[in-house]
Amino acid sequence: MKAIVNISLKAGVLDSQGKAVHHALDSLHFNSVDDVRVGKQIILQLNETDKTKAMADVTKMCEELLANTVIEDYEIELV
Amino acid sequence: MKVTILQFPGTNCEYDTQHSFEKLGATTEILWHKSENISDDTDLLVVAGGFSYGDYLRSGAIAKFSPVMKAVKEYAKNGGKVLGICNGFQVLTEAGLLPGALKRNDGLHFISKHHHLKVINNDNIFLKELACGDVVNIPIAHHDGNYYIDEDGLKDLEANNQILLKYTDENGDVKNPNGSVESIAGVCNKEKNVFGLMPHPERAMETLLGSDDGVKMLQGFFQA
Repeated sequence: MKAIVNISLKAGVLDSQGKAVHHALDSLHFNSVDDVRVGKQIILQLNETDKTKAMADVTKMCEELLANTVIEDYEIELV
Repeated sequence: MKVTILQFPGTNCEYDTQHSFEKLGATTEILWHKSENISDDTDLLVVAGGFSYGDYLRSGAIAKFSPVMKAVKEYAKNGGKVLGICNGFQVLTEAGLLPGALKRNDGLHFISKHHHLKVINNDNIFLKELACGDVVNIPIAHHDGNYYIDEDGLKDLEANNQILLKYTDENGDVKNPNGSVESIAGVCNKEKNVFGLMPHPERAMETLLGSDDGVKMLQGFFQA
C-alpha cells in the first residue's frame, strides 16, 4: 500500500511561493487563475496491509515529522 | 563560564560561535549531535547556525530528532540556558522549545546582509546589557527566517515580554526584511531560559568586520 501525503501551508498563512507563481502565471496571460498554493507531496511505500492502521501510522508521522502543524496542514491518501 | 556548542551534519557556524565566546573569556566545547549527554559544567548551550541535514523537509525538522536533542530538552526543562542562532532558532522551534515557526522569506530570496534590530525586552539574561529601544547592527543570513505565530500566540509573547528583537532601520523604525509577523527577529520561552534569533551576533564581534554589537548580546550570558 502507498500513502500519498500532501502538505501545504495553512489557510491564513501567507504562501509567498504560491503568490510568486501566481504572479508569473499572470504575466504569461493565464488569467483564469484565482489563487495558487504551493505545497509538497511525500509518497510512502508501506508494508502495512490494514488501512485503518496505516492511516493511524501515517497520521502520527505527519504530526511528529512530515508536517509542522504550526504552519502546515496535511492530507493523507491511501492507494 | 562554559559554553557547549551543538554540531549537526550541516552546521557551519560552530567555529565562529566558539571563537566569539572564547574571545569573551569562556571555555567552550563543540558537541557532536550523536552525543546523548551534555557536560554537567555547561553554563550555556548554543545551537549554532548552518544548514543541519541540508534543510531537508524543513529547516531544523530532522535535527530535532538527533540523539542529543533529548538531552537538550531535559537541560532546558531543568532551567539550563539555551541559545539558538539562525538554524539553531529553527531547530528550537521545530523541537517545541520555542513558540512559532520559521517559514520561507516573503521575497523568496536568501538574504545575507547587516540589518538593524531594536531591543524590545531586556528583562532576561541575554539582553540585559542592552536597554529597551537600543538599536544594534547584526548580520542576517537566511532563507527561512520569516517568523510566524498565530494571533493568540502573539498575544502571549507580548504579554510575557517574550519578544526579544525586531527588525528595524537604524532609527528603530520597523523595517521588515523577510515578512516576519510583527517584524520579530528573536523570541524566548515563557521561563526566559531558551532564546532564539535569526540574526548572527557571533558575526558582529569586531568593528573591523562591520560591527561589534554582538559583544553586548553574548556578554549577557556571562554575568548570571
